[in-house]
Amino acid sequence: MRAFAELLDRLSLTGSRNAKLTLVRDYLKETPDPDRGWALAALTGDLAFDAAKPAFIRKAVEARMDPQLFGWSYDYVGDLAETVALVWPAKPGANREPELSEVVDALRGASRAEVQTLIEGWLDALQPTGRWALLKLMTGGLRVGLTARLAKRAVAEMGGVEPAEIEELWHALDPPYEDLFAWLEGRSDRPSSENPGRFRPAMLAQAIDEAVDFARLDPADYAAEWKWDGIRVQAVNEGGVRRLYTRTGDDISKTFPDVVDALDQEGVIDGELLVLRDGKVASFADLQQRLNRKTVDARTMAAFPAGIRAYDLLSEGAEDTRTLPFAERRKRLEAFVAREATSRIDLSPMQPFASWAEIAALRATPPAGDPQVAEGLMLKRWDSIYEAGRPKGPWFKWKRDPFLIDAVLMYAQRGHGKRSSFYSDYTFGVWTEDDGGKRVLTPVGKAYFGFTDDELKQIDKHVRDNTVERFGPVRSVRAEPLSGLVFEVAFEGLQRSTRHKSGVAMRFPRISRIRWDKPPGEADELTTLARMLEQMEGR
Amino acid sequence: MIRPQDLLCPRSEGLYCPPGDFYIDPVRPVARAVITHGHADHARAGHGAVLATPETLDIMGERYGLGFAETTQAAAYGEAVPRDEVEVTLVPAGHVLGSAQAVVRWKGLTMVVSGDYKRRRDPTCPAFEPVPCDVFISEATFGLPVFRHPDDREEISRLLRSVAQFPERSHLVGVYALGKAQRVIRLLREAGWERPIFVHGALERLNALYERHGVDLGPLEPATSARKQDFAGQIILAPPSATQDRWSRRFPDPVLAFASGWMQVRARARQRGVELPLVISDHADWDELTSTVDELRPGELWITHGREEALARWCELHGVPARALALVGYEEEDDD
Repeated sequence: MRAFAELLDRLSLTGSRNAKLTLVRDYLKETPDPDRGWALAALTGDLAFDAAKPAFIRKAVEARMDPQLFGWSYDYVGDLAETVALVWPAKPGANREPELSEVVDALRGASRAEVQTLIEGWLDALQPTGRWALLKLMTGGLRVGLTARLAKRAVAEMGGVEPAEIEELWHALDPPYEDLFAWLEGRSDRPSSENPGRFRPAMLAQAIDEAVDFARLDPADYAAEWKWDGIRVQAVNEGGVRRLYTRTGDDISKTFPDVVDALDQEGVIDGELLVLRDGKVASFADLQQRLNRKTVDARTMAAFPAGIRAYDLLSEGAEDTRTLPFAERRKRLEAFVAREATSRIDLSPMQPFASWAEIAALRATPPAGDPQVAEGLMLKRWDSIYEAGRPKGPWFKWKRDPFLIDAVLMYAQRGHGKRSSFYSDYTFGVWTEDDGGKRVLTPVGKAYFGFTDDELKQIDKHVRDNTVERFGPVRSVRAEPLSGLVFEVAFEGLQRSTRHKSGVAMRFPRISRIRWDKPPGEADELTTLARMLEQMEGR
Repeated sequence: MIRPQDLLCPRSEGLYCPPGDFYIDPVRPVARAVITHGHADHARAGHGAVLATPETLDIMGERYGLGFAETTQAAAYGEAVPRDEVEVTLVPAGHVLGSAQAVVRWKGLTMVVSGDYKRRRDPTCPAFEPVPCDVFISEATFGLPVFRHPDDREEISRLLRSVAQFPERSHLVGVYALGKAQRVIRLLREAGWERPIFVHGALERLNALYERHGVDLGPLEPATSARKQDFAGQIILAPPSATQDRWSRRFPDPVLAFASGWMQVRARARQRGVELPLVISDHADWDELTSTVDELRPGELWITHGREEALARWCELHGVPARALALVGYEEEDDD
């Protein structure tokens, strides 16, 4: 438990992706079975208990100490699990510290009443960090800033194999994954991935480089289709198992039972998950009403009907089609979707073209209807097999040009990790009128990338030289009509937002240029954003 | 009937002793002062006469220059010094080099001012000595049950594990210049770290002072002496304010650590962007504060600064009369 607790502790305070990979990889290398497997399952979200409700924990601690002192402690720390971990009176020699696997085994076999006694005994025996880790595990959800994908990548690094191999195997494995580690350590053969309903690692596209790629590519080799603005999914119906996965292999079947129910034919579809009303794509904001829920009620499903717009067919019946060329897979996909009795699954139409100029014109002026809200175009080689990962050449994404506005830097916050000595997170605003008719800035977004290291140094200096006020790690920066810094901000779209004072929220904002030359007074107005939003909605 | 408040009473300048006519750790210049230790919020320049341990006087001289007071008088630990009707004895407090409790005796009444103190072992200064007393006047910087400082050797070994795990990065440890820096260095040496430790310029004079007082710190080098890549795998100590400043950019992808009792609370670490919090404190934690009261069982406990209400509550639950003095001017922890 100690090593696991220390791992969680460090992960929770580490920002850098590489450092997180190192921490998880080293832990997996150094920790014996079955502890490391249980830890991995906890990190990937495949092991969660709701054995201890906050009310029980609070009651247990207040039976051990003065409730007034506990209350002050909780007020100070602000997090129940952390407070209890710190204030729980140590009982020296009460028990020895449990191993992670002991905790897991005991919890799986115990009744609810027994569980509470067990937890109290473990809290008596553990150190504060161990108690914190135990409580995180008990109350479900570690929330240490590590994605399942990154955890699996660390597994791949530990064994020196490609991440896609782990992804492909993953859903055929069960914690504590002793067969997986045995293979990675060269002690046994690769475990079988022939598990019905498993996830197939997704094929991803590279961004096209307009200046270079079009000159060397032959348009006759490529198919084009819209890149729809939902989330990429894989829908599986295999050997009686139906599942819906994200492109990283997270199982979201429970969130979208309406979509899973519609998968009538045996096969695996790669497509875009969208809210579809009468075959028409709804906004991404509508889809967000359905995402990140553990379960979903009938009313939400009726209000936001989800469906799949199909891109590709990875398996048909029992046949793996991934090694067929895209042209052949596409034909099969068209027939497959045509046989579907449901309107929840439709086909992403191909966009025929003869020259790059022709397809460029289509991208620049999409026709009325759904293409208006597409993110851009996808270009796929007709002869490409379906290959895991992001191979160079067969598939390209060609996103629509981003929206641009000029906004004024208002606040800057210190970054993390490598950037902790820099003010690198920027809140920017545009002009509007306050209640008294005065022209003021209102924040419209936050961005922390899009600039080079040299530019970061220059902006950092500007922030330090033009600080008006300091609030902990945040500085408010001079932003007046004639004095301040203007950013050209690029973003992918706008949504109405009740959480932001300005009433709009940007999707994927980043700094595209720093306008050292431009006086802040000439930056954009909120009305410009409002107009853009109306255009997006009124397609 | 002699009352404790006739011997010591809070005033805006600090704790005042009428029958001895002196202040203890006054926050403004006064005619006569007794100084418990050298941290800047307790030891200020500009007093008339100062009584302190020789080490504390040395620290004040190093910081403020030799004319920091009109006259000084050194009192060794345990030496009783008369001040008018009162007798003052300085006794080790275990906080930093030279730190003392002020034991004040008058007409059979004994009051002990703890200054800042801790009870655990510190290789850079003598341990706290409990003195039986009628009134114990305690600090309460970490006076909440969430503050349970772990074994400092375990914290140092976490630092060394991280250095081994990330050999391509440097480890930049925030430490207060007086006390914490030298204690962390000694703990590193005891844990077997024999390589040079790189230090920020602001730590150099106090490091030298500790060495003059017999604390062997091993090889130290200025943090400006190597090229960027040569700092990979090295440990660098700097005042907390410098670790996030532009100064820190000279190091390769530093792991930011901070040695402080406040690091017990995750949100505090996150707020400062600390990746490796080291819970190492020169103050008594909750258990030390309460067990000291329990051990001394004073007739009354007075609480000078920190989180008075929780310690007062504990006293109420354990039958020790307690009152908060609400002295102002002392910082949370001595941030130089």
